[in-house]
Amino acid sequence: MISIIRTMWLTFLHMFHKRATIQYPEEKIKLPARWRGRIVLTRDPDMGERCVGCYLCAAACPVDCISLQATEDEHGRRYPEFFRINFSRCIFCGYCEEACPTYAIQLIPDFEMGEYNRQNLVYEKQDLLINSEGKYPGYNYYNVAGLAVKGKDKGEGANELAPVDVHSLLP
Amino acid sequence: MAILYIDNKPYEIPTGKNLLETCLTLGFDVPYFCWHPAMGSVGACRQCAVKVYKDENDTKGRLIMSCMEPVANNQRISISDPDAKEFREQVVGWLMTNHPHDCAVCDEGGSCHLQDMTVMTGHNYRKFKYKKRTYTNQYLGPFLNHEMNRCIQCYRCVRFYKDYAGGKDLDVFASKNNVYFGRAEDGVLESEFSGNLAEVCPTGVFTDKTLKQHYTRKWDLTMAPSVCQHCSIGCNTIAGERYGSLRMIANRYHGEVNGYFLCDRGRFGYEFVNAKDRIRKPMMRHQEVDHTTIIHELSILLKQPGVIGIGSPRASLQSNFALKALVGEHNFYHGVSDNEHDLAELAVKILNEGPVRTPSTKEVETADAVFILGEDLTNTAPILALAVRQSVKQEPSAQAVQVNIPLWNDAAVRGIVQDRKGPLYIASIHATKLDELAAATYRATPDDIARLGFAVAHILDESSPVVENLTDDQYQLAEQIARALLAAKEPVIISGAGCESDAVMKAAANISWALQKRNEQTGLVYTMLECNSMGLAMMGGHRLQAAFNAVMNGHAHTVIVMENDLYRHGNKSDVDAFLAACKNIIVLDHSMHATSSKAHIIIPAGTFAESDGTLVNNEGRAQRFFQVYEANEVISESWRWLLNIGAAMGNMRINAWKNFEDITQAIANEEPLLRGIDTITPSPQFRLAGQRIPREPHRYSGRTSMNAKDNVSEPKPPEDADSPLSYTMEGYRGAPPSSMIPFFWSPGWNSVQSVNKYQETVGGPLRGGDPGLRLLEPDATKPVLYFHGIPEAFKPLEDHIWILPLHHIFGSEELSAKSPSVEKRIPSPYILIHAEDAANLALHENEPLTFYIRHHTYSLPVKITTAIPHGVAAVPYGIKAIPCSELPEWATLKDESQINVYTHARVNVKQT
Repeated sequence: MISIIRTMWLTFLHMFHKRATIQYPEEKIKLPARWRGRIVLTRDPDMGERCVGCYLCAAACPVDCISLQATEDEHGRRYPEFFRINFSRCIFCGYCEEACPTYAIQLIPDFEMGEYNRQNLVYEKQDLLINSEGKYPGYNYYNVAGLAVKGKDKGEGANELAPVDVHSLLP
Repeated sequence: MAILYIDNKPYEIPTGKNLLETCLTLGFDVPYFCWHPAMGSVGACRQCAVKVYKDENDTKGRLIMSCMEPVANNQRISISDPDAKEFREQVVGWLMTNHPHDCAVCDEGGSCHLQDMTVMTGHNYRKFKYKKRTYTNQYLGPFLNHEMNRCIQCYRCVRFYKDYAGGKDLDVFASKNNVYFGRAEDGVLESEFSGNLAEVCPTGVFTDKTLKQHYTRKWDLTMAPSVCQHCSIGCNTIAGERYGSLRMIANRYHGEVNGYFLCDRGRFGYEFVNAKDRIRKPMMRHQEVDHTTIIHELSILLKQPGVIGIGSPRASLQSNFALKALVGEHNFYHGVSDNEHDLAELAVKILNEGPVRTPSTKEVETADAVFILGEDLTNTAPILALAVRQSVKQEPSAQAVQVNIPLWNDAAVRGIVQDRKGPLYIASIHATKLDELAAATYRATPDDIARLGFAVAHILDESSPVVENLTDDQYQLAEQIARALLAAKEPVIISGAGCESDAVMKAAANISWALQKRNEQTGLVYTMLECNSMGLAMMGGHRLQAAFNAVMNGHAHTVIVMENDLYRHGNKSDVDAFLAACKNIIVLDHSMHATSSKAHIIIPAGTFAESDGTLVNNEGRAQRFFQVYEANEVISESWRWLLNIGAAMGNMRINAWKNFEDITQAIANEEPLLRGIDTITPSPQFRLAGQRIPREPHRYSGRTSMNAKDNVSEPKPPEDADSPLSYTMEGYRGAPPSSMIPFFWSPGWNSVQSVNKYQETVGGPLRGGDPGLRLLEPDATKPVLYFHGIPEAFKPLEDHIWILPLHHIFGSEELSAKSPSVEKRIPSPYILIHAEDAANLALHENEPLTFYIRHHTYSLPVKITTAIPHGVAAVPYGIKAIPCSELPEWATLKDESQINVYTHARVNVKQT
């Protein structure tokens, strides 16, 4: 008997507590920056695509929901010819972001991806690519990778010596 | 045998090897870079350090390079000793100081020996924080990409390219820590074996440029064991597919056939599979039709009498057999010219009925005297040429063995050998790349080459026919060759169909038979023109000319041409007339060509990548290739099309054959020369631990996404009714049987170097024996019946020229020539004549020479040389605008008024 009254009292007190429920979607939840939501492809400081098509995200993906095809521009810079994420399979584990050597693929605090048609959850590159550097501003993979691309010849990257002069025998 | 103690555990091991090989054979993971099982040790990279102890009381030990240390009985070593481990980690750390952080954009990544070795040695984090050295790259041609930044100076590339493959244009430049591996200047790598650099290089300095154009990581490929279709040697390959297109060909180690290497034709010729003009839909009189309709229509059409079938030397045994079964034995014709037909049958007869054995490529490597008659091996059977290159090292390196230098000690052996070479004699029409190794060369027409061969045979054995009217020079050369062959322990005679002369092949047979009486280790090798020439010859069938006659005489009106461009095998006017006379031309093929463009009905056949089949190589070894991927719903193997048509026609015999296994068993039962071909791979029901063998590595990615564009629901993976392989990543993860290894991988060994784990001994046969079945074994007890009929010496004819075909590695073979990278290396049409003939005709280099063969006019730009005989001209075989199917033939140089000039046959030089 006493326990029933106690329970009703506690429930009554909750009427005066701060509400945990928010009125989504009118009211939006504030998510931390490291929330693992929708996957995006970011860009370099020079607004080139960051993704070099190395396939590491696809290999890291435990549900195999990423597929892509690497290709190359005439200056040797790699980019994905297509890049597809099947979000109906994605488990938002963030392994792809961890695996990405160029900070191209990032998970952002956005989860509002509901669709009535499952086919609409297949995102292509144009759906994934954003005009931003995301969480890692200023990073440019080709600056540290040794490879020559347009605008960065051999020896012009960070921590690179000028190309070896093969004809020199000087010590 | 000896006892070796590794970390205090005894192992029984064979002697004569080095410690590194022995440890790898025993299954230990010892890191290495510069050592290569085919090229031996030089001790350059210092990566394979282990500790050696004096005896069991020695606790300190000393570090040695395991690749430079021969094994000894009761030797005690330690691989896991902390000093050795630290040393190895430091060495890899040093090698990595200048290695760039570009694995993400490096094609080697995921199959990289350097990645594997850094992980194996524990150098997981990069400590070097200073500036990294950079190099500019070179353009190396259509096959290879160059990225010198990644080099770790192991020297494997130049050791392979120069020392092993005899290349001249790749070298090491500069000094100290600036050494540069490349060419003196940008340009196409000349060697026919340059593609192997992509596999020999432990990292990504040299990578496959064709793969780069549709780049896929090794872990993402669907791979299957395949057999190269581009020459008669039958090298074993791994073919990899992704997203429905073939992405790369890699070497599949075979201890007897190709070892560790492939030629560039085999490695880069695969792109015809992805060609835009592939036949992908069934067509009936220029209308696209579906699978059911075409089967129905054909079953009605083919029920009428008067149907003949023309097989192909580039189609599998199964396809040829299915065609033979469908049209009946009497209506089955080999789709090769009569000359090719005779040569292939002659080769089978000599190897099957003669007393001499045909050695494998590996055995040619260890031959100590070689005589080549009429073949330009570098262009007709490149891997055999690579083997001959090794064979000339045999005799001089015997001296190294005398002074106790083991043969794997490459630098020391080369120091002793210097420039000396074993006996190699080459008789050829034109200069060959192997000439530089030869003790003597002889340039002559096929008839004169045959005369030299018969002369050598007569010197070896008096009872063989004698050659009349030899010049003194010829006789002396013959004597010199005979002496060298007699002195050898394992002499090998090489000849083949390349110069289209039966006399040359018979002369080679006579030599080997004469030699066999003195030395039972004699070998005789014939190279053939196409990948299944031998298999087709062993199957039996009529001549192509008979097929032409059957239609021309009204006995037949419908022809099924399977995987064959008749214009490559019959002369143009004959084929034109034949095709015009046929009421129904049905072509089963995968690529468009002159014959298929005249077909009324076209059926899309699968290429080797979309097919299962068996080929017989020049050695008589039957080898199976497996389907790599399902192309689409209509493209399938020729034999499957034919079985479906046969079943629809109500042919009870064909109806009983449902899959690859059934038809292969039928061949084994019905073709006496092909008995046993059903045993070369396990049956489709074979399982390991109840599982299939996966075609995909366990880290295959993108399964739930690759087809999602079309439909988000994943389709069921296709099931393979023809083999125990699966089209998925699920299945048995251990080593599969040697005949069906889809890819080489072992934990910690992602690169091709993991082949060590699949071999019984390093560099030896695959575990479970090398795959394939040799069908031709000699009967040494049979009496020798020498060939007679020695040809007359060649005499030039006035106003005429004897035209011979010259083979080119790039261009002479039909399928590889369609590959865009190979296409860039195809020579433009030419006619090669002797300088004196050119002077007589008042012709200069590149001026057109007009000549007439059987009323056809040809005009080709002249190339002038002194390396071919007088009165002879040579044209590149199989290249567009060249009448290769008519050769060898006399051409007239004078335009006689009665000659009817066909304008459509004229070759305009300016256009080409």
